[in-house]
Amino acid sequence: MNDIPISYYLLLSAFLFACGVTGFLIKRNVITLFMSIELMLNGVNLSFIAFATRLGTLDGHIFVFFVMVVAAAEAAVGLAIIISVYRTRETLNVDRVNLLKL
Amino acid sequence: MTSLNLPFWQPWLIPILPLAGALINGLFGKRFPKSLVASVALFFTGASFLAACVHAYVLMHSGAEALEVSYGTWIRAGKFSVDFGIYLDHLSLIMMLVVTGVGFLIHVYSVAYMEHEGGYYRFFTYLNFFMFFMLTLVLANNYLLMFVGWEGVGLASYLLIGFFFLRDSAANAGKKAFITNRVGDFGFLIALFLLIQHFGTLRYAAVFDVASHFSVETSAGILTAIGLLMLVGACGKSAQIPLYVWLPDAMEGPTPVSALIHAATMVTAGVYMVCRSNPIFSRAPIALLAVAIIGALTSFFAATIGITQTDIKRVLAYSTVSQLGYMFMAAGVAAYSASVFHLMTHAFFKALLFLGAGSVIHGIGGEQDMRKMGGLRKYMPWTFWTMLIATFAISGIPPFAGFFSKDEILWQAFSSTHGSKIFWAVGIITAFMTSFYMFRLIFLTFTGEYRGAPADAHSAHGSHDDHHEPHESPWLMLAPLVLLGVLSIVGGWVGIGNRFEHFLSPVIQKVSIEQNAAQNNEATATPISEGAGAAGESKVLENSLMAVSVLVAFSGLGLAWFFYMKRPELPSRIAARTEGLYKLVLNKYWIDELYSAAIIGPLVWFSRVILWQTFDQKVIDGSVNKSAVAARDVSQIIRQQQSGLVRSYAGWVAAGAAAVVAYMVWMGTR
Repeated sequence: MNDIPISYYLLLSAFLFACGVTGFLIKRNVITLFMSIELMLNGVNLSFIAFATRLGTLDGHIFVFFVMVVAAAEAAVGLAIIISVYRTRETLNVDRVNLLKL
Repeated sequence: MTSLNLPFWQPWLIPILPLAGALINGLFGKRFPKSLVASVALFFTGASFLAACVHAYVLMHSGAEALEVSYGTWIRAGKFSVDFGIYLDHLSLIMMLVVTGVGFLIHVYSVAYMEHEGGYYRFFTYLNFFMFFMLTLVLANNYLLMFVGWEGVGLASYLLIGFFFLRDSAANAGKKAFITNRVGDFGFLIALFLLIQHFGTLRYAAVFDVASHFSVETSAGILTAIGLLMLVGACGKSAQIPLYVWLPDAMEGPTPVSALIHAATMVTAGVYMVCRSNPIFSRAPIALLAVAIIGALTSFFAATIGITQTDIKRVLAYSTVSQLGYMFMAAGVAAYSASVFHLMTHAFFKALLFLGAGSVIHGIGGEQDMRKMGGLRKYMPWTFWTMLIATFAISGIPPFAGFFSKDEILWQAFSSTHGSKIFWAVGIITAFMTSFYMFRLIFLTFTGEYRGAPADAHSAHGSHDDHHEPHESPWLMLAPLVLLGVLSIVGGWVGIGNRFEHFLSPVIQKVSIEQNAAQNNEATATPISEGAGAAGESKVLENSLMAVSVLVAFSGLGLAWFFYMKRPELPSRIAARTEGLYKLVLNKYWIDELYSAAIIGPLVWFSRVILWQTFDQKVIDGSVNKSAVAARDVSQIIRQQQSGLVRSYAGWVAAGAAAVVAYMVWMGTR
């Protein structure tokens, strides 16, 4: 595994992150947005892990665990919100969920 | 200067007692019944008068020339400090007794006079409030505390002139009095600043001590400047030319107020100040001459206006202005004791005249025009006789009070080293006119037939409509009249044999002739030879001048009798014959109109057009409004960014992150 240069991991990580950003920006469905966020988080996790392994420390691993815990909590809360939004608005299009806008 | 081992020495009580009365009536008086309001007011002024008497006794028996006491420091700035202090000498003693004594009598009178007016408690609150500040003015031991009293009486005067504030003319008269006085106060304040700068203190004793080291100024110097500025202040408060215009209008106030504030006490504050500052004035002959000239001019012109007025209170108002001019003339020829003497007798007889006029107005239901009076002698004999006494007194007929003080002034104007025969001549002519217009008032009011319609409900006194014919006033109003009448007779006797002058001599700092002579040695001949010269000869001269003034007083009486008793049709014919002159005098020389055209008009125009419409509206309001509009326009551009689109925000976040990354990469590759 040590044969693979770290730049590969980083490029993959950047690619995943860019996919997430792009998806977040161009998609309208809330669920898709959520998935894009997960994609971005995991892209970042990948670079954490890559650096941690390369440097032989545990810091990166710990960070990744934190990120995963937060992402899980966020998914739980976010999905609950999405369900209640769907029940009241009968849509998952973010552009239509605009009651609080000026 | 000691305050030890005195039997009863609490001079702070004298001003504080009326203040307590004012506070009690002012805070709770609205819920009190009228009798309680009156009792509170009378109790505290009466107690103040008693305290004044006790302290007068203490001072006279302490053997000291002056007693001074300080109740703590008010202001301290570097070496300069001002105390809350009381200074009691023979001058403030006289003022204090006059203020509390006459003030108490007028309070008694007001209890009955104001019975039917609204705002009973308000009236007595203001009146007690006035007493407090007037006593502060006369008892202060430094100029700044005097200035506090000075402003305070101005405030009380404003409140009381505008007492019937629903009447436009009363509200305007109050404002006029206050604003005119501000002009004078400006001069007084500058004088105080000069005193602080050059003397470093405002305490009387210290100021006069420093002043005594100055020599008499032959040309204008610092003492002259201070004296002239003080004169400006005195002109405002004591209604002298050119600031006298407020006093006649001040007659809009209730009559007891006119008697107390605008005749007996407050308007004499200027005279008091000049006499108090005699060590300064005596060393500034130019300022002294200005005082005398202003006094002589004022006494003359006010008397001429008094002749033509038909409103009983206005006649008395101009008479007050004229008599104050007399006092200034006396002070201006360095005859300070004569000035204070006249101040005292004038307080008695002029308060009496005003209270009598008030009694007349009260008795015929609010009418003030003398042409609608007449024949009142049989309806109100007490008022008639007491007013007659006062008229004799003001006309200078012996043995009434005014004779002694007026004669002293005339003699001093003639003989004093600062005097001149011109002042004496002006004084004599004024005395003649005074006698004439005062007896004109008496004849028009009390003799002949009653010319007024039966008074009815629309009058100023209109709350009670039982005035079907003139009636005498209640005893509560007559008692002060009688007491003041007695004082108007005997009040002048203290001046017999120069006793009054001796009494005041500790207050008047002698400016030694040697000092004077050393200063201008070319003039040595005049003062000494005159002062030491033939005493017997001057006695003869004094007596003949006295005879002249008595003669003049009687001829004024006679002329008034001839015009208004014997040939009542004559005055209007003379008025018709000299129409231009008559109109000029009747309209008070158009001074009010002149002031409003020359000063008030431009001032109002400047304030309205330049200050308000240009500077305030365009510059100040404009800059505030313009900056608000600019802020709104700029934010109009920026608020476009806050679209509410989540993806737009996310895009900006991503773009920002990308920019940061790009920057770091660029920095890394350099």
